[in-house]
Amino acid sequence: MSAPMAWPLIKLLPQKTNFTFVKFARLMALISAVLVVASLIGVFKPGLNLGIDFKGGSVMEVSTAPRAVDLAKVRSTLEAQGLGDVQVQAFGAVDRALVRFQTPAGGDAGVTLTNAKNALRQSLGDPVQFINPSAVGPKVSGELFRSGIIALALAIGLMFLYIWFRFEPQFGLGAVAGLLHDLILTFGFIVLFKIEFSLNTVAALLTVIGYSMNDTVVVFDRLRENLRKYKKMPLGEVIDLSINETLSRTIITGVTAIMALAGLAVFGGEALFGFSVVMIFGIAVGTYSSIYVGAPIILLWGVKRGDEEATPIKLGAASRP
Amino acid sequence: MLTLSRWKIIVVTLSVIFGLVFTLPNILPQRTLDALPGWVPKQKLNLGLDLQGGSYLLMEVDTAALRRERLTNLVEDVRTSLRGEQIAFGDLREAGGVISVRITDAAKVDEAANLLRQSVGSPLVGAIGGRDVSVATRDNQQLEISFVPEAAKADAAMAVEQSIETIRRRIDSLGTKEPTITRQGLDRIVIQAAGESDPEKLKAVIGKTAKLTFQMVDESVTPEDMAAGRIPPGSEMLPSEDGYVPAYVVRKRAVVSGDELTDSRQTFDSQSGNPVVSFNFNGQGARKFGDATARNIGKKFAIVLDAKIISAPVINGAITGGSGIITGNFTPESASELALLLRSGALPAPLNVEEQRTVGAELGADAVKAGAISTLVAFITIVVFMLLSYGLLFGGISVIALVINCTMIVAAMSITQATLTLPGIAGLILTLAVAVDANVLIYERMRDEARAGRSAIMAADAGFSRAMSTIIDANVTTLVAAGIMFAFGAGPVRGFAWTLSIGVFTSVFTAVLVSQLLIGWWFRAARPKKLPI
Repeated sequence: MSAPMAWPLIKLLPQKTNFTFVKFARLMALISAVLVVASLIGVFKPGLNLGIDFKGGSVMEVSTAPRAVDLAKVRSTLEAQGLGDVQVQAFGAVDRALVRFQTPAGGDAGVTLTNAKNALRQSLGDPVQFINPSAVGPKVSGELFRSGIIALALAIGLMFLYIWFRFEPQFGLGAVAGLLHDLILTFGFIVLFKIEFSLNTVAALLTVIGYSMNDTVVVFDRLRENLRKYKKMPLGEVIDLSINETLSRTIITGVTAIMALAGLAVFGGEALFGFSVVMIFGIAVGTYSSIYVGAPIILLWGVKRGDEEATPIKLGAASRP
Repeated sequence: MLTLSRWKIIVVTLSVIFGLVFTLPNILPQRTLDALPGWVPKQKLNLGLDLQGGSYLLMEVDTAALRRERLTNLVEDVRTSLRGEQIAFGDLREAGGVISVRITDAAKVDEAANLLRQSVGSPLVGAIGGRDVSVATRDNQQLEISFVPEAAKADAAMAVEQSIETIRRRIDSLGTKEPTITRQGLDRIVIQAAGESDPEKLKAVIGKTAKLTFQMVDESVTPEDMAAGRIPPGSEMLPSEDGYVPAYVVRKRAVVSGDELTDSRQTFDSQSGNPVVSFNFNGQGARKFGDATARNIGKKFAIVLDAKIISAPVINGAITGGSGIITGNFTPESASELALLLRSGALPAPLNVEEQRTVGAELGADAVKAGAISTLVAFITIVVFMLLSYGLLFGGISVIALVINCTMIVAAMSITQATLTLPGIAGLILTLAVAVDANVLIYERMRDEARAGRSAIMAADAGFSRAMSTIIDANVTTLVAAGIMFAFGAGPVRGFAWTLSIGVFTSVFTAVLVSQLLIGWWFRAARPKKLPI
């Protein structure tokens, strides 16, 4: 059995890269900082487009197929029911509308939904269909929102602790800075494209955190190894070297993940579109941040290159200087 | 690392077989499955409501209403107890959850307090005096009676338990297919009915408290008193259902309550031909009802359902047989619904719908289709990409590992009967994408080592051993995220987290062990000088 020939992508991805990432760190830091600030502002104004999971209220699709939906009538019927914040929008075909409204204070979410359905059935006449009606009471939505925020905070906290123990404090800080950067930018993305912020979005964000961490850890792992290996090399160069060494892995894994999720975004239907787009964005940002946020922060802080851990490694002839 | 130790071969072979055997039920048609002998595993993936279609209801026991009712009853209990022992009292009232009463005779205060300590409230484990109320003496011959703090919790827990039982009986008689009814937290109940796309029907039977009582009409109250709102203590004014009879003032204390019914049916009145509900009392109920009717011939009693009077017939004679009929403004449907509700018992407190979600069966099927297509697309992309990046051999090995990974995830999900949700499918796809990460890490490491001038076997070996710590670090972080999602997530998010966690374990296992084994075999067979990556 002879060794198979070299394969196309191997040539496409250079075996050895020598990009000087650190040189651009300042510029990138500036860009990142601007984007982070813009995203943070965006989260407060115009703010997140909260779904009923977190805001409470009801949502359903109304279909009067084959007739077109009389949007004005739907709105006036719901407003006549004393429902606040009524939103009626055309949805896909003309015979469909997406309807949202709030449950009045102190009201029963289920009863409100039932009454709204009965009122619409009367005012629109047959045939009328209600597709996927859902209602979340204010108490539950508040709890869901709280637990969502706690989950995000806890995820970041635990990741920080893990990196702290496995690596060193500086690494932990770098990793958490990277995580926060990814999280905030992803929030900015959600605000910018008015993606509904729901339970699913929180799951997507947690996944982004997991992935971003995963990516950062791979770079840090190599960095730590190289710091021991090349004791005299300036820190900036070690960082560049480590990023270059892991670059092909970073790209291959990132690309497969994004391609797989792109399939989900295209074929997953309405329900999963927002979810997958958020993940795709998060993975792209996570890949960027492990190169330009995590490592440069270590450069900024400096790192203890402990002699006590040093174990001389015999290197082969072709190893780097 | 590339040695083929026996335990490795055994573990890998066993897990591959395990994966195949437990995945199989998901692929075979139901007919073939039914024909297989009983020991063959038959558990399929447990699809969530979003994939199957169905209704989800989260209901909360109205503990405030429960509290109010217990307080009202407590006031009446205090009144009857004191009267029973002929202790004169005045100024009996309730404010802010505390009942106060002034004992007229100063010498009898202690006696009254002791009496109340023993006669009111209900037993409670671990409370002072073993009851859930405390009685304190204050100045001016005042007694203060209140519930101990634990009482609210115990009441809520009991009410939830009782509600679950009642709901189960009601749903069973509806014939809805296998709903799951579970308790959540202190005072919540989750009802999931797969395949039921119209939760209104469920809510109609679940939502009614159906508390039935027979109360004597307080005929000492004149219509003028009623209009002026002069209602004697111990009585209350109740509205009538649909204005069928005018509002009545009735005694608060019920003669008999629905708890003592053994059966109820919808029938027709033999005289008028109207739909009515017939009922039977148990022994105790029959005795109480018989006594009350014998003592009150010629007077009216009210049949009260959920604080509304259905009808108020005149007692013509003692009803001792333990059965009777409820007349009212019924249609055959409403009479049979009432009969069903009475048969299955009352809810101890009203239930509020806190969350309600519905997915149509058709949409569930669409979601399954979309999920399957996207999983397939993801799979093919990854396969093509891996083959292009690492060639037929090494790429192929990671593809084999990926396939085994897939079967193991499906097998693990089928055995644990974890619910697969739409976000769970996304978790599956992400797992596929990240599963190759471990392979990529290993292969890239091999390349590095080969470039550093190591021999093929050394490079391959080092690739595995040195990538290990990175792989573990990387996957532990994902597992942490998944664990948090599972702990704090609700519904679909939990499904996602579960799929992700299973995926982390199986992907590390397959990427590390399975590919190691395959590469080891290849090395033995080919004895290569150079790594083909």
